[in-house]
Parts: sequence; C-alpha cells; structure tokens
Amino acid sequence: MLKVALIGAGKMGISHLSILGAHPDVDVVGVCDTSKMVNDFLTKYGKFNCFTDYKKMMDEVKPDAVFVAVPTKFHYTIIKDLLEKNVHVFAEKPFCLTTIQGEELVKTAGAKKLVNQIGYHNKFVGTFSEVKKIVNSGALGDIYHFIGEAYGPVVTKKKQDTWRSDPAEGGGCLLDYASHVIDLINDILSPVSAAKGSLLKSVYSTNVEDAVYSLLELSSGVNGVLSVNWSDDTYRKMSTSVTVIGTKGKIISDANELKVYFKDAIPNGYSKGWNVKYITDLTEEVDFYLRGEEYSAQIDYFVKAATGKVPNTINTFESAWYTDRAISIIKNSSK
Amino acid sequence: MERILFGDNQFFAVNHISDEKSRAQSIKFKDDAAIIKTLDDARDAGINTFMCTTHDRILNICNIIRANPEKYKDFEIFPCMPYAHKYANAVTELGIVGTLKQYVPGNFFGSLFKGGVAYLSKDYLSIMELLIDSEMKMFKGIKTPVVFLQNVITDLLLGLRAEEIFVAFHQYIRKKYDAEAGFITMNMPKLLDVLEKGGIQNPVICSSINKAGFRMSGGKELYEKTLATRKVRAIAMQVLGGGAISPKEAIEYVCKLPNIESILFGASSKGNINETANLIKKFDKELVS
Repeated sequence: MLKVALIGAGKMGISHLSILGAHPDVDVVGVCDTSKMVNDFLTKYGKFNCFTDYKKMMDEVKPDAVFVAVPTKFHYTIIKDLLEKNVHVFAEKPFCLTTIQGEELVKTAGAKKLVNQIGYHNKFVGTFSEVKKIVNSGALGDIYHFIGEAYGPVVTKKKQDTWRSDPAEGGGCLLDYASHVIDLINDILSPVSAAKGSLLKSVYSTNVEDAVYSLLELSSGVNGVLSVNWSDDTYRKMSTSVTVIGTKGKIISDANELKVYFKDAIPNGYSKGWNVKYITDLTEEVDFYLRGEEYSAQIDYFVKAATGKVPNTINTFESAWYTDRAISIIKNSSK
Repeated sequence: MERILFGDNQFFAVNHISDEKSRAQSIKFKDDAAIIKTLDDARDAGINTFMCTTHDRILNICNIIRANPEKYKDFEIFPCMPYAHKYANAVTELGIVGTLKQYVPGNFFGSLFKGGVAYLSKDYLSIMELLIDSEMKMFKGIKTPVVFLQNVITDLLLGLRAEEIFVAFHQYIRKKYDAEAGFITMNMPKLLDVLEKGGIQNPVICSSINKAGFRMSGGKELYEKTLATRKVRAIAMQVLGGGAISPKEAIEYVCKLPNIESILFGASSKGNINETANLIKKFDKELVS
C-alpha cells in the first residue's frame, strides 16, 4: 500500500481524494485543508485524518507520496518542502508561477530520484494519445501548421474577485485554460519556443485575461495558432481541441472524437480519406470512474510510478516546466 | 418503473462522442416547444417517463406539463439532481463553501459561519435537505416516483466513503416526497456493495450497461455477474455504448441481460425514438416467446 496524503481539498483536491479513496493500492493517511467545514465533513464521513497545517501532517503521518492541489502561488514553497522530505509529488497544473522556481524543483526531484507528476490530464485522454501516435508515425507527412483551441463558460459575467482573478496567484485564462492546450501541443508536436505575437484579452474580468490568442513557433520550426477563451457560454463545459496539418494529411481532434484525413500513407486500422474514431474506441476502462477516465488513469499511473511499476515519464515536472516557459513567452510577447 | 425511460441529454447538448453533434442539438432544442414536441413523440411511442436533470430549462417544461393536466395525466418525471455543471462552475469560481453559501436557501449559513464551532452530522444533513428541496421545487404537482442522485455526486461520495449520505438521501426522499431514491453511478457493483451495507435493500441504480463495456468500471464481467446474482433494480443507460456498435446489437445485448428493470435512452428525432423503442419491444417479445 502506498501511503498518500493530500494538501488542498478544493475542487480538484476533493476529486483526487475520492479517486484515491477508492484505489485498492492506496492508503490515504492524511488530508490538509484550511476549511473547517470541509475538514469536519471528511473526518466525520470518510474517517480521514484531517489537518490544517501540512507540516504538522507530514511529521505525524509520514506519507510516501503527496498530492498538492492548492492555488498555484503556493506550489513552489510546498513542493520544495515536500521534496526535501523525500516524498513523491503529484501537483495540480500549472506547475509554478516562474520558470526559475520550476527549474529548481525539476533539478531537486531528479537529483533525489523522486516520482514527480503534474495534473495535465489530457495526456490520459485516448483521442489525444492517438493523435500523438499518428503524428509520430509520420503518416501526416511534413507538418506545417497546427491550431490549439479551448473554449468554455468559466467567467461569463462580471463577478466578484477570487484567487482565480488575481494574476499574482495563478489566476487568468492563460494559466488555467490555455496551459492545457499548450501542454498538449508541446507533447504532441514539440515545445513552444517563441511567440510571434499574442493578445491577452479581458472580456468580463478586470484584472486578468479571459481569452488568449497567439501565433506560436515550436522548437521543431512549425508554426501555429493558439485560440483560447473561457468566457464563451455557447459551450456547456471546457472543450479542448487540436488540429494538425501536414503535407500528407490532417487531424482534427477533441476529447471525444478524432477525425483524420490521409492522402496516401495509411497507418494500420485506417483507410484513405476521412476516418472518424470515438473516445469509446480509444478508452481503457478504469477500476473507479469519476468525471472522466483520464482523472483515474493519471492517478493510477502516478501510484504505479511511485511503486516502481511504470517509468515516471508522462507529465513530469520537466514537461510541465516547458509549459510554464511557453506561458511566460506568451505573456512577454503580449506586452 | 416502466420498461423504457426517456432521457434528456439531447436537449442540453450533452453528447459524449461529438462536440459538433452537441452544437447541432443546442440549435435544434433552442425553443422549449422543440423539447415538448420530442417528449410528445416519445409518448406516442409509449414512453411516459422522462428522466431529467434539474437543469434551469426543465422548469419551463414542468410549467407546460402542469398547464395541460389532461394531456399529461399519465406522464411521470424522474428528477436527477443536482445539475452538476451549475455547481461545478460555481465551485471553480467561489470555492466549495462559497458555492454552498450561494445555493443553500435561507439564512442557514449566516448563523452557522459565525461561530468557530464544529460542524455536526445534522448540519450536513440539513444542508442536503435544503438543497434537495430547492431542486425539487420545479416539479411541484408532477408525479416524481423516483428521485435520483446524479453520478458525479454519487461517485464523489462513494470515493470519499460518505455512505451515510446515501442512506440519509434515501430516507429523506421517502419521507418528504413519498418517492423511491435512485442512484446514478459509473461504479455500479461497488455502489451496490456500499448501499447494501448501509441497509438499503434492492436499490434503484442507473448505470452504463452496454455491449462495448464502456464506462462499466470494474469490468463488464463483474457487471454481468452482479446483475445475475444480486438484488438490484437496475436501469441501463448508455446502452449504445457511445455509438460504437449497431443499435440492434446493442439493444439485443441489454434486453437479454437478467435483472434490467428499465432501459434509459434519449434521441432527438421521432425516427430514432421509434427505432430504439421498437428494438426494445422486439427483443423483449422474443425473450418471452
């Protein structure tokens, strides 16, 4: 049994806790949150051992691994502390607020050989892994353009301020929504290396951007467009998609449906012209389901990595650092 | 429960396989009249139970049903609560406590938040009851013989080991609404274990059941074994498995499983409603003869 603790039982933290609570190889030894109401609930019903001070929790329950789901501005300090205590770390996205902080944590985790993972769950979505497979097979020919998009209804009117509306705390559409798309592009194609021009637009928010539009260049030399808007209430929930265009074909994929066109080179299981595959064909079943297979799959992967059953190669701190770097590139090019 | 239940995903642009189809549905069902027309098509096909989330737009549908008592005298609704996205979007913005403050009616939180006193079980159960009452308001005067807890909440609580909330939900729905509690889940065998342990016998559980094994956590074999050997009033949803297999093959599989009391499906067109309903009737008949 892997002894796991959680810091931050908010929206993502509670969801992770539920999946961890149902995981057969995990013993949840401690939960830390600042809300008395949440702690009392978890103690009373789930019989979780709850704390308000994570240092006290670490000393008392001595976990092997810790999930960090607090606002991004606390990531660096807490994760650094945890690595010093030699525990494996799973942290929510985005990784850090600056690339300098992130670089230090990547080095520390590597030097101490601790398993490290960031919650970019799209990597565990079947359609997107299939996109990566097709791109790597070369069947699209020379790739010359991409479009990365995400739209959804997070901020759809002027509202009261929370940490999500403060850029210094990790708020805003770029860090929240756009980071998912950038991370996918980094992974499927190659890391963002430059931005030719970026617009960070406020729609309803006063302090942060609600939309991000950017013309990006990747380290492979390919150019593409990033278009993200979290103030679009024609979407019921977040919808992320990638389009990849090459000399021999084109892919358009979201989390549910993958459409791919092959001019001539045809990989196994596909035919010439348009092909459509659904997530139902590309998803592996999980033992416990909450909100989407990918949330259980990423936790299962982390637990397996922490117990030495799989290599720690998906969503590492390092890969998330490239996303942090792209975020800062986009920010700078918008000035 | 009737053998066939009509679902509401198509009305609210919930499509698990295609964002494009989602948008097409949004456009098609922009007006309430289009929803009512489709519900009437379902009634023509002999389906008199509408299983729906407590989406804001359902209030308008309920108003139309209340205004036409003769026409809808055999019509029943199975409410499923809460409409999760409403709360999920609020939690993103306001946090868990902020969301509860916004949605729990009355002055409950005003008095509770002042003191630093510990929260008692009865406090959480009062919150639950207030939330249920506020979601049930829109159905006043309409027959709601089964009231469901939505899968995101059921499965969240299941993982958090908060079984007592299921029992409290079950008791409250019975006491206050004279109805049966139902649970929607993507983890049916695990939930059944927990409900039985909590003393809820032969519970109504709605879960994904399909030939493709899609969203059947723990595996298709475990589901088949559970249906064959345990006491549960099962409702099969996502019977088409997201569209990966032919409707005929999909319906035949579900109809031949033991212990499936009802089959839930949604469709946008009269043609599709009739096709699925007829397939269910056909395979049911084959089994009897």
